[in-house]
Amino acid sequence: MPLLEVVDMSHYFGGLRAVSNYNLNLDPGQITGLIGPNGAGKTTIFNLITGIHQPTKGIVRFDGRDIVGKKPNQIASLGIARTFQEMRLWRHMTVLDHIKMARYSNFSYGLWGAFLDSPRRNREEAQATELAMAYLTMFGVAQFADQLVVNLPYGAQRRVEMARAMVIEPKVLLLDEPTVGMTPDEMMAMIEVVRQAHQRFNLAIFLIEHRLRVVSELCQKVQALVFGEILVEGTPEEVQNNPQVIEAYIGEQEVEF
Amino acid sequence: MDETNAPKKGGGIQKITGRLFGSVPLLGYLLAFLACVLWELLAGEPLSRMLGLPQVPMFFGILTIFKVLAALVDYLLKDAPFNGAVLVQIPSALIYFMVIYFAPLVVVARLTVKPANLMARYLQRFPLAVSALFQLGLMYAIFHFWVEVSDYRLITLKLTLIAVLFTLSLNIINGYMGEFSCSHPGFMAIGAYMSSLFSIGLFFDNRILGEAVFHISMAYFTFPLALIFGGLTASAAALIVAIPSFKTRGDYLAIISLAFLFIVKSFLENMQSLGGSRGITGQPNWAALPVIFITVVIGVWFINNFVTSTIGKALNAVRDDEAAAEAMTVNTRKTKMVAFLFGAFWAGVAGGLLAHVMRFINPAMFGIQKLAEVLAMVYFGGLNSVYGSIVGAVSISLLGEALRPLEIFKWIVIPLLLILVMIYRPTGLIAFKEFNIRQIFGPKEVE
Repeated sequence: MPLLEVVDMSHYFGGLRAVSNYNLNLDPGQITGLIGPNGAGKTTIFNLITGIHQPTKGIVRFDGRDIVGKKPNQIASLGIARTFQEMRLWRHMTVLDHIKMARYSNFSYGLWGAFLDSPRRNREEAQATELAMAYLTMFGVAQFADQLVVNLPYGAQRRVEMARAMVIEPKVLLLDEPTVGMTPDEMMAMIEVVRQAHQRFNLAIFLIEHRLRVVSELCQKVQALVFGEILVEGTPEEVQNNPQVIEAYIGEQEVEF
Repeated sequence: MDETNAPKKGGGIQKITGRLFGSVPLLGYLLAFLACVLWELLAGEPLSRMLGLPQVPMFFGILTIFKVLAALVDYLLKDAPFNGAVLVQIPSALIYFMVIYFAPLVVVARLTVKPANLMARYLQRFPLAVSALFQLGLMYAIFHFWVEVSDYRLITLKLTLIAVLFTLSLNIINGYMGEFSCSHPGFMAIGAYMSSLFSIGLFFDNRILGEAVFHISMAYFTFPLALIFGGLTASAAALIVAIPSFKTRGDYLAIISLAFLFIVKSFLENMQSLGGSRGITGQPNWAALPVIFITVVIGVWFINNFVTSTIGKALNAVRDDEAAAEAMTVNTRKTKMVAFLFGAFWAGVAGGLLAHVMRFINPAMFGIQKLAEVLAMVYFGGLNSVYGSIVGAVSISLLGEALRPLEIFKWIVIPLLLILVMIYRPTGLIAFKEFNIRQIFGPKEVE
């Protein structure tokens, strides 16, 4: 049984069909890529899976459970973490606070514990700090722990965002263009980060990416999405060399990447 | 970010004061202040008589100076009679300030650096509560002796303490959660009315609220219950603003909260059973200085604990990026609800205290003017900062009192100051700073 399963999902924004009859089977430990030109509906699919939008029709199953209609925070605590294309870090918070915040659903001291500064609160906060520091070290950004995220270099901000998603301890990680705006060096480092996280936690990763280099390095399977519909599905080579995909992306001309 | 962009000004003087006083712990300042107020009790009256001052200066001489200046302005503009001899009060007030406050403060703070640090370090060996209670006790002692001089000081101090709690409770919503809420005086009004209903309605005969339900001589001890009752009803009313906040943000929520304020105000104005626009009078004199001090300290402690926990920091996450917060397992609805209800609760408690300090309340006290005042305190002091709220509330309320002799010009000076702060520090004097209790009560290491 696949870990994350989407069956015949469609979504309309008013009269506009953003996604139609989309299907996905993601097994544990599998990395699947989703490519497609701008406006194809890739991020919408992420938003539908994570509960930001409700699909007009279709089923999303996680671990055998139907998750359509659940709130984004509930879906996240079930074990589907995501990153954002535009990162969406919290600009007035320190790096450490970012990671601890993603442990929100694991804190059990409650409001009164927070108000009264109870020993249980201190214990849980200390544990969370320890765990957060471990994750920051793992992603190579521990030296920034006490800094505001806005003061970090771009590549480090991306790593913080990855760490923030990973500390939820998800089974599925959705990455929305993790290498956008990166230099080739930063990109290679990011690929390494994703690969390590994948190996270490046996994560299933679902990845939106424009750079075919990243896709072919990481993914076992790729879907190409055009106007909300899957055009081709297969191994990176198959999809990359498919004439329809090339046409959708860059017209008729062939270009070396 | 904010810190690095802030202009670094002042070279020599700042360095010298930094070297001399950088290592003075809070305990040292408390001891120095205590020395000052005791010294004033002892020498204040003879000194002010000797300097030709009509009475002991109330606010460190500022009030006296501005009174003279105001009289001078009156003389120049309106030809009011002016006695030239009062001009001498300006230097006298300054001398008084130097002799009674400034000199002892500097000397004692500097001289006690070592023992105060030693003592603070010694206290640190005990649980934090011991050190905190000791220093808060010292602070209360300062207040106690300071207000000994006159009732005017007492009422000003009480109102300032209430303003601290009220400002901090608004900072939860406007600063930590980043929603511009205008409904806060409404919450305060509900707290004030409900706690008055509790205290007067149950234990006293009143023209408006009718006869007492219970006749207990120790009714005084129910005052905490009255405050909590006021706070809880304010919390319940806050649901009216909290629920729309799930769906709407920013300007729209500001309008909704403003509407809430007007609803509360006109409701109270039209409820004849609550005294209509004349309000309720005759609250028992229960809000003594220690009661207010303890309540405010508890309030600050609760709020500070909350905003430093990860559950409380969820407010910041919701403010900076709600979608990201939701994707990172934060329950945003609960977070918003808690912020509004918690903020409203302490606003209600502040209202209950206010009602029992003033011993009369009417709807006009909780209007737009109150809103402007508390917003000024929050934004002047600094968003997202317990420290900033305390500074903002204290400085605006003391400034308001000190500038009182300027009458109408007061409302030019204070807004002007606010504009200047907004130009040079757009988020307030001390924004985005965590209030670390352990550090504040602890020693300061000498380099």
